[in-house]
Amino acid sequence: MISRQIKSDIIEKTMYTLFRIMTFFILIFLAFIVIYIISKGYSALSWGFITEMPRNEMTQGGILPAILGTFYLMVGSALVSIPIGIITAIYLTEYSGNPKLVKAIRLGVNNLAGVPSVVFGLFGLSLFVVFLKFGTSILAGSLTLGVLNLPVIIRSSEEALMTVPQTYREASLSLGATRLQTIFRIVIPNALPGILTGIMLSLGRAAGETAPIMFTAATYYAPELPHSIFSEVMALPYHIYVMATAGTYIQETRNIQYGTAIVLIALVLLLNSVGLILRYRFRKRLKG
Amino acid sequence: MQNSGIGKSIIADKIFEKFFFILGFSCILVLLLIMIFLFSEGLPLFKEVPITDFLFGTQWYPTSENPRFGIVPLVAASVDVTLLASIIAVPFSLAVAVYLAEIASPRVREILKPAIEVIASIPSVVIGFLGLVVVAPFLQKQFNLNTGLNLFNAALMLAFMAIPTIASISEDAISSVPVSLKEASYALGANRWQTIFHITVPAALSGIWTAIILGIARVIGETMVVLMVAGGAAIIPTSIFDPGRPLTADIAAEMAEAPVGGMHYHALFALGIILFLITFIFNLIADYLSNKYKFKSS
Repeated sequence: MISRQIKSDIIEKTMYTLFRIMTFFILIFLAFIVIYIISKGYSALSWGFITEMPRNEMTQGGILPAILGTFYLMVGSALVSIPIGIITAIYLTEYSGNPKLVKAIRLGVNNLAGVPSVVFGLFGLSLFVVFLKFGTSILAGSLTLGVLNLPVIIRSSEEALMTVPQTYREASLSLGATRLQTIFRIVIPNALPGILTGIMLSLGRAAGETAPIMFTAATYYAPELPHSIFSEVMALPYHIYVMATAGTYIQETRNIQYGTAIVLIALVLLLNSVGLILRYRFRKRLKG
Repeated sequence: MQNSGIGKSIIADKIFEKFFFILGFSCILVLLLIMIFLFSEGLPLFKEVPITDFLFGTQWYPTSENPRFGIVPLVAASVDVTLLASIIAVPFSLAVAVYLAEIASPRVREILKPAIEVIASIPSVVIGFLGLVVVAPFLQKQFNLNTGLNLFNAALMLAFMAIPTIASISEDAISSVPVSLKEASYALGANRWQTIFHITVPAALSGIWTAIILGIARVIGETMVVLMVAGGAAIIPTSIFDPGRPLTADIAAEMAEAPVGGMHYHALFALGIILFLITFIFNLIADYLSNKYKFKSS
């Protein structure tokens, strides 16, 4: 009996240690990635790197057009996904009384979230680039990234709206406010931090995705900065991809590739951490 | 004056309700549009190529004089990479999930959870880039291979990317197991590990399966990593150290050179249909599982 007790104690200790080691192994790998990229790429970083045009067939100079292109795509996709996404979430939480309908919409959201990014690329190519004749452009890329990000915005907005206590709505309605007034003056302001989290996460996703913009917006090299929403653009993730895999100077431009990766990771991590901090504080406020 | 103001806001309320109702279906509309455009651009292939040649053909030569559109090599590479990545990712993810939910102290958990979420936010092109410049040369040297760009390398990178998805959903499932179940187990004399192994994890199993299925769906659909790292040869792989060309990589690699409206263009959309259907089915299963066996939060 006692020996069995000891045996199960030993098993417990062993498994705990094993799980701890496996978890920390993953984190060490993450740390390795971040440190390795920074150590390899920091020499490429300078003020000129982020503010100048590329020179000499992109073997020298900066990555300004790629930064700007990514910025335009982020803003463009946000203009698509934020209004539609938030309104969908409002409909789900505030209006729809029909549980079957809500279930169907939620199933749609989940399935859309699971569609592979390259399939979004095909969709954007066939609908926006070819059928609607937008061409390879900021517009087509923004629309593609916008629909890709709809589930991100919907899920986090819905979660945020549902945490607003029902009593707030009842108080507002009992004072004579319409449902619309209640939504805009009471519900949305109280859910705002949670909604902002979704917006930040979706911006980070728009900045980092490559496959959806490969056939809809991105170009290998643009001699000028984009001048309209119908221009094709360079973008940070696509820039890393083409510099690392195509062209004649793959080895010579490694530090530009690492430098671009640092800029992209910094941008995405910044957006995500702002989003996660907002969510953390929002949840804490709700508990406390 | 007062009355008309109220009348106006009631009318606005009604109009907005209709407006919200229409936009509420945006996701379903987008899903339908995706299906319509994939099928209308993909199905024309089968006017020229019999569907059995497409599904069971072992040669993928889309640009040769006498083009062949057999997807077996591409599917084989996708299946290989996905299985391998799952075999690596699942044990690690479950270890992370159990560790975070049951073993780690609340303070450790508060630091580690966001760190794991950071992994999910690293753009896939960066992971692919690292596979290309760091892991490939390492594998080539260690295993004495012709190329480090192969299915094994791709699976390693994909496993790393899938871990946060599987771990965080599993952790939610494990955390939502009612405390009363665990207390009953302790009361019968079980220690913490026995409780985790025999009570908590089995009780959370449907959530864990949901997590695994969503993780696998993500691996199947991931593009940039396999495009940059898997090696790109459209041959049926015979070993995990062979290069391969999964479905997603094939679409991404060839779309730029496929003339719009040509056979090759239609063939790539047909690949898109296959991908869409596979991930759609995986998501439906995940949805079914997560709705079916959920602990009622009390």
